[in-house]
Amino acid sequence: MALADSLNTYRGGADENGHFGLFGGRYVAETLMPLILEVEQAYNACLKDPKFAAELKHLNTHYAGRPSPLYFAERLTEHFGGAKLYFKRDELNHTGSHKINNCLGQILVARRMGKKRIIAETGAGQHGVATATVCARFGLQCVIYMGAKDIERQKPNVFRMRLLGAEVRAVEKGTATLKDAMNEALRDWVANVDDTYYLIGTAAGPHPYPTMVRDFQSVIGEELRTQMQEAEGRLPDSLIAAVGGGSNAIGLFFPFLDDVGVKMFGVEAAGRGLKTGEHAASIAGGAPGVLHGNRTYLLQDEGGQIKDAHSISAGLDYPGIGPEHAWLYFQGRVEYVSATDNEALDAFQLCSKLEGILPALEPSHALAYVMRAAPKLPEDHLMVMNMCGRGDKDVFTVAEALGAKL
Amino acid sequence: MSKVEVRAIDAQGNRITDRFALLKKHKRAGLVAFVTANDPTPGVFMDILEGLPSAGADLIEIGIPFSDPMADGPSIQLSSQRSLKHGTKIDDVLEAVSEFRRSELATPIILMGYYNPIYHYGDQEFAEAAAKAGVDGVIIVDLPPEEAEELNVHLRANGIAMIFLAAPTSSDERLPTILNNASGFVYYVAIAGITGTATADVAAVETAMARMRRHTDLPVVVGFGIKTPEQARAISRHCDAAVVGSAIVDVIAQGLNADGKPDPTLSTKVLEFVKTLATGVHGAWP
Repeated sequence: MALADSLNTYRGGADENGHFGLFGGRYVAETLMPLILEVEQAYNACLKDPKFAAELKHLNTHYAGRPSPLYFAERLTEHFGGAKLYFKRDELNHTGSHKINNCLGQILVARRMGKKRIIAETGAGQHGVATATVCARFGLQCVIYMGAKDIERQKPNVFRMRLLGAEVRAVEKGTATLKDAMNEALRDWVANVDDTYYLIGTAAGPHPYPTMVRDFQSVIGEELRTQMQEAEGRLPDSLIAAVGGGSNAIGLFFPFLDDVGVKMFGVEAAGRGLKTGEHAASIAGGAPGVLHGNRTYLLQDEGGQIKDAHSISAGLDYPGIGPEHAWLYFQGRVEYVSATDNEALDAFQLCSKLEGILPALEPSHALAYVMRAAPKLPEDHLMVMNMCGRGDKDVFTVAEALGAKL
Repeated sequence: MSKVEVRAIDAQGNRITDRFALLKKHKRAGLVAFVTANDPTPGVFMDILEGLPSAGADLIEIGIPFSDPMADGPSIQLSSQRSLKHGTKIDDVLEAVSEFRRSELATPIILMGYYNPIYHYGDQEFAEAAAKAGVDGVIIVDLPPEEAEELNVHLRANGIAMIFLAAPTSSDERLPTILNNASGFVYYVAIAGITGTATADVAAVETAMARMRRHTDLPVVVGFGIKTPEQARAISRHCDAAVVGSAIVDVIAQGLNADGKPDPTLSTKVLEFVKTLATGVHGAWP
């Protein structure tokens, strides 16, 4: 798939129209165009303001608990008998996942824009919880759209959001999952243009969201760079992250994109298996198309209708992927692989038993790939997996899948 | 080449202009009737489509169904789902247009939809097939002018108008961006919101029209939030044509039994409703 050996830079996107090569852009109805242009303007002003960076850094340190540790997974390394495995521990952040990184950044943008009402979509509920958290922290009204099916399988997070003062609105339409929650959030935004800010949780959607979310999540990779220098005195050899929309992965990858010696793997959810058609692997099983404001790889049928995604992980259950990932795939810079529901469940249990860490089902997919790749690599290969969320929210789903009664 | 075929080719691309010229000559506003292709069934849809011109629809908008219609309210979402149950694809929509064109050559047909099905079909292939079927204009809800050129070059080459939306949120600074590449007419979205929900405010539309007229000589059509003949009449006083969509689609939804089967008089009921809308609109101008 590589078009050239390597580009001058892989960190140049998006261009002024929000494109990453053929991908990205601003495919929204005219009513929303002025709004997203306003968000872009506000975000660009924040980038130029040292006070913004300082305020965000302060919150990251004192509220979210950054930097997250870089942890040598000694027993898993021993178990695999190959690569030296590290976890970037973003599950230790306040609210239990990497989602808080982006929410803190965007809530500061929304405040500067003078917005009083925040809306967001959520799949697993991690982004919903992180959004509800920052809204509580800053005293802003919060409405979360969540698919009815996801509400059913992520009950603890739904209750958490309500405790934080958010209104959770169930979306029964379509497939009642993340994509439908995003449709409803966009419909809300278009009807409440004056006071509302849409806090998108993944590195997808219309420009400037993919770029803005990536920038706020890049703190993961930037910290890792320093931490790996301290731990090993050099750069890692490979980076591994789960990919739904792809925000934790792009945050890990982006600071290393021009270090061509660092190999990168995005792990898509293969659900019940790529051949069954019941999966959420937009790159492995999709084609380029346009949805939710951007051009990217999408699961779709021969008539261009969006297909249902399937994954045991609600956070990966989305029929698309962020446009920068689509471009990195197209350029051959990042390799996209996949792991099934069952492989993720195996990884979930292995990590719990050997490391005493319950991973969320999303990074369990990344770990499933590590289980395949690490044993074949030499001992001096430094591998870093993003532990982007903790698994407490998933215990009911895992219990059901394993046939355990609680 | 038969006389009918020659007329069909001559009319290509000019039907919209001709229709607005005719409306102007008769000193009246026009009615744009929206229906989703193959809703509720291909047969009933065809009956409705063929009856629309004599029911008083001056232009017809046909919705291409999409799984994720982000700018649409519940009525049109459900109509898309009904259509998709029949497996409706772009070729089916174009076939319906060809069928319509066998007997009706003057009424402009505008396709309205979302970009993904068209992108997947192929921009050039779509433009060529649509022109051949007798389509006059295209509205793609999620294709703002910034992203539209890729499709627009092919539409232009095939004599199809690219119709852009302007919204209450579009500023005076932004309107030229929208209007510079517009053709056919401009579609003014009367409410900040999705289709079929809030009611369009007549005073706000009047103010908006004055603003639009400063920026363009193209006919201005107003839609979103127009539900009754009275509202259609009130809005039409200030613009060149009014679009009614969700309210027509609601008549279709009401004529379905519990199993989703259409009542045998459904197409008649829909066309009767369109007649009342047309009476409202056509009497709007003094």
